[in-house]
Amino acid sequence: MNALKPNGAKPNGSGVGVENVISARDLVVGFHNVPVLKGLNLDVKRGEILGFVGGSGGGKSVLTRTIIGLIPKWSGSIHVFGEDLDALSEEDRSALERRWGVLFQGGALFSSLTVRQNVQFPMRENLELSPRLLEEISLAKLEMVGLHRDVLDKMPSELSGGMVKRVALARSLALDPEILFLDEPTSGLDPISAGDFDELIMALQQTLGLTVFMVTHDLDSLHTACDRVAALADGKIIATGPIEDMLQSDHPWLRAYFHGKRAKTRTGKTGRKRV
Amino acid sequence: MAAAAALLDARVVGRTLVLDAGGPWVAAEASHIEALVENIYKRAYTAEEVNINVSQVERLDSVGAWLIERLRRTAAEANLKAEIKGLNPRYKILLDEVAISNKEPPHPHPKKKALHDAIEHFGETVAVAGQDFYAIMQMLGSIVVVAGRVAFTPLTLRFTSVVHHLDRVCYRAVPIILLINFLIGCILAQQGIFHFRRFGAETFVVDMVGILVLREVGVLIVSIMVAGRSGSAYTAELGSMKMREEMDALRVMGFDPVEVLILPRMIALIIALPLLTFIGSMAALFGGGLVSWLYGGFPPEVFIERLREAITMDTFRVGLIKAPFMALIIGLVACVEGLRVEGSAESLGEHTTSSVVKAIFLVIVIDGFFAVFFAAIGV
Repeated sequence: MNALKPNGAKPNGSGVGVENVISARDLVVGFHNVPVLKGLNLDVKRGEILGFVGGSGGGKSVLTRTIIGLIPKWSGSIHVFGEDLDALSEEDRSALERRWGVLFQGGALFSSLTVRQNVQFPMRENLELSPRLLEEISLAKLEMVGLHRDVLDKMPSELSGGMVKRVALARSLALDPEILFLDEPTSGLDPISAGDFDELIMALQQTLGLTVFMVTHDLDSLHTACDRVAALADGKIIATGPIEDMLQSDHPWLRAYFHGKRAKTRTGKTGRKRV
Repeated sequence: MAAAAALLDARVVGRTLVLDAGGPWVAAEASHIEALVENIYKRAYTAEEVNINVSQVERLDSVGAWLIERLRRTAAEANLKAEIKGLNPRYKILLDEVAISNKEPPHPHPKKKALHDAIEHFGETVAVAGQDFYAIMQMLGSIVVVAGRVAFTPLTLRFTSVVHHLDRVCYRAVPIILLINFLIGCILAQQGIFHFRRFGAETFVVDMVGILVLREVGVLIVSIMVAGRSGSAYTAELGSMKMREEMDALRVMGFDPVEVLILPRMIALIIALPLLTFIGSMAALFGGGLVSWLYGGFPPEVFIERLREAITMDTFRVGLIKAPFMALIIGLVACVEGLRVEGSAESLGEHTTSSVVKAIFLVIVIDGFFAVFFAAIGV
């Protein structure tokens, strides 16, 4: 795997050489006294695409949001790039946050900014770039996610669902993150667009040496794009491993998920294809 | 760290210009690197080809990769043979990726001309005012049509919805309307007494407060309050329903949004405003009477006696007859603006603001028309 050195790594080398870029231990998170995640353990390895599956309302988004710090956890620990998120100062924490990009389910584009301004926003705030370079880099990012320059001055409300996802992806890639969190990236896309999106993620992962944490229900994405799959049920990770292992597992939930009516048409032999 | 490795250096080897790139070519260093990239070709070289040697680059991200590509392109544009050498294979895909981007120069930002823009803006405003009038008339028309249809089939009226909105725009507005009008009544009376006292004409304060409150101030204050309180709420509700395609959902289920959403709101508003005007006027008279008693020194019996002489039933009617028209214009503006909301949060805010501003403006304009009309018929 082409593990790049982290762009923002401090001179003391924090995070360099750590195999698990994200590791969660005994994580408990809940709402209103009802725990959703009950002592969850998960490792995400550097440079992999991890597919994360689980039932609706089972806490997939909760885990993502807990890792990126939008939901407070009750107990347990989360290490990202080998750093304990709780032990970080405010400053280190925001430096760390710039090393990941998040693609929200609905895109979460700023509706009052144009596409151009949306993509430029993180760069404008965090980097010192000349206006010309800013234009060139933002256009390069948009072209990287397969968008034409014509969309530059459109408002998010004028875009189709697939384009919104692409622009949001370009924005989340703006700062060359090392980890990319994707929350159901292919939901709401037609199979062709979804397939394109998977290939795009794989290409970007290889180009930029990303680690991708992808919450998805899309069985095709799991087959084509993911190196490993982690399955969440009853607030815990019940299994991790390549998709082939998942398909052969005897766990009732996994059988129901991967061999249910929706999954029957697929042979499970597609295997992983790299672009 | 190899701090010694300069970011970019140039040397001439024979007929070849060799550019040595080194160190971290990342976004954090972009301003330095870009300056170097811009200046490197400014010196005069007698070279026919350019070799960009990137073997000393320690780290590379998309910004750095783009700047290397820019180095190459600048040379290529000057008809020099440009090549990138010593590239770490793991960066190759990244460089290939940026090499196919930015093929055309970026769109220039449209230039702003102050005077031109001001005139254009003025023209647009006039055009929008015309469109507003048209849209309000259109909304009025469709409400009249729906109201007519409902009048013939009264069971189709959404009675629950009307009551719900009546509760929101009328009943819950009572405390604030009472308070504000009471205070306005107090202030009018206090100012009147203070200034009339000089001519020994304090008792005329009762005339002033009575006529002013019943004819003008009561209905105006209530209308402005309702425009700010309920008009804005109508716009925001209808706007966000439109944003989330709820209106379209209604329409495809065979319902008319005007009938389901707008008519109940309009009816509630038209019922609410006269009631609130009445309550508000009474509160203002009460406030005026209280101040006359405590500050001006004439007891309530005198105030009431004087009021009876000063005002007629017509004074009261003139104020109250305006209220439904005010309600109509507030509701129309609110609904028109609500239906104009587009996808963004900003658009919702913009239309809610303009709903309130336009409603208050039109309330005052209509009040002016009524003043002219009543003067003409001598009431």
